[in-house]
Amino acid sequence: MAEVKVAEPKESIFTFGKAERKLVTDPLNDNNPITVQVLGICSALAVTTLLNKAIVMAIAVTFVTAFSNLFTSMLRTGIPKQVRMIVQLVIIATLVTIVELTLKAVNYPIYKELSVFIGLIITNCIVMGRLEAYAMANNPWKSFLDGIGNGLGYGIILIIVAAIRELFGKGSLLDFKIIGPTADYVLNTSEISWLGWYANNNLMVLFPSAMFVIGIVIWVHRAWNKKLVDIS
Amino acid sequence: MGDLINIFIKSAFIENLALSYFLGMCSYLAVSKSVKTAFGLGLAVIFVLGITMPMNWIINTYLLSEGGLFGMDLTFLRFILFIAVIASMVQLVEMVVEKFSPELYSALGIFLPLITVNCAILGGSLFMVSKEYNFSQSVAFGLGGGFGWFLAIVAIAAIREKMKYSAVPAPLRGLGMAFLLTGLMGMAFMGLMGIDPAAFN
Repeated sequence: MAEVKVAEPKESIFTFGKAERKLVTDPLNDNNPITVQVLGICSALAVTTLLNKAIVMAIAVTFVTAFSNLFTSMLRTGIPKQVRMIVQLVIIATLVTIVELTLKAVNYPIYKELSVFIGLIITNCIVMGRLEAYAMANNPWKSFLDGIGNGLGYGIILIIVAAIRELFGKGSLLDFKIIGPTADYVLNTSEISWLGWYANNNLMVLFPSAMFVIGIVIWVHRAWNKKLVDIS
Repeated sequence: MGDLINIFIKSAFIENLALSYFLGMCSYLAVSKSVKTAFGLGLAVIFVLGITMPMNWIINTYLLSEGGLFGMDLTFLRFILFIAVIASMVQLVEMVVEKFSPELYSALGIFLPLITVNCAILGGSLFMVSKEYNFSQSVAFGLGGGFGWFLAIVAIAAIREKMKYSAVPAPLRGLGMAFLLTGLMGMAFMGLMGIDPAAFN
């Protein structure tokens, strides 16, 4: 069997110039994974009921996208085209198992709340989509930065949506009561929190509200960034 | 038999994978621009779900559980093995579609390999494990779940085709409107939760 020759371009790869900065900042706005590329919607809908869940999920996804991009890009010249998906998925599944076990050890209550959706990072389209679209054709360092950028672009939308849903659905942010009557309001009516008349809107906790909130986020994003408007 | 029909109806309508659990949303939103491609993708999902569900059931029962072939609890390998089965099935479907329907193949584009990472497929297998179905129940659950997903994507594609003739604000056109429509459809499907599944027995 002939030896596989790895033909890496002889350039200094660990630079961080203008092109590399663009790789990280582009997914935050012009090429956002959720609002522009339509990738990774499922988990964005399910974990955004509470802000702390969304933050943990954003960190986990950024870790997985960055390192799966890095490893796939390192192996890209050796992977036969027909079995590429299985190879990619084994890399992703390994990284997700690492994240799952780490989270289980570090913060068990959050792990219990996220349980299924940590597993479903494997099927988060952002990870696979970036591997297919970017890491299979670019060098490891650039792919790593692309992974970080896309993870952050996903995280920022997740945090915005979670903040809106938690604030109006539960009247709190990070479990800290902000609007609506406090729990001891019934016992002590003289102590009224800010906007004490607000009654929690249960629709915001249900699934359809995530759709509405993301729809409105897309509306605002495209009204502000005109070049993203869908012409067709 | 009544039990199986019951599971089929429950997984297709009451616990619709797309509109009650919001699984498989990426391809659902991206491929629903025309009824024709939505129809093709929906059929592919029914096929893949209907095959992977029993295969994963066999793997879970005879290889991974404590009473299985190796005699030890290997459930931590569940993710990797399930996804390997799904990936190989999708690759098979990709080859078949490329051979027999090149137009559909080019219309589905990147979303055919992305069926692998359609959360509805892996999510369905994980639900099957947590609901402790037996073999024939897992077949019914797979076909029912796939059928529900198929219905959802064809319905939204039809609505989005009609939406072309409406005066939607420019920034909301396309994707934004699809999100709002899916939210409304999700609310409508919440009404089906009132169905008593025992009524079909």
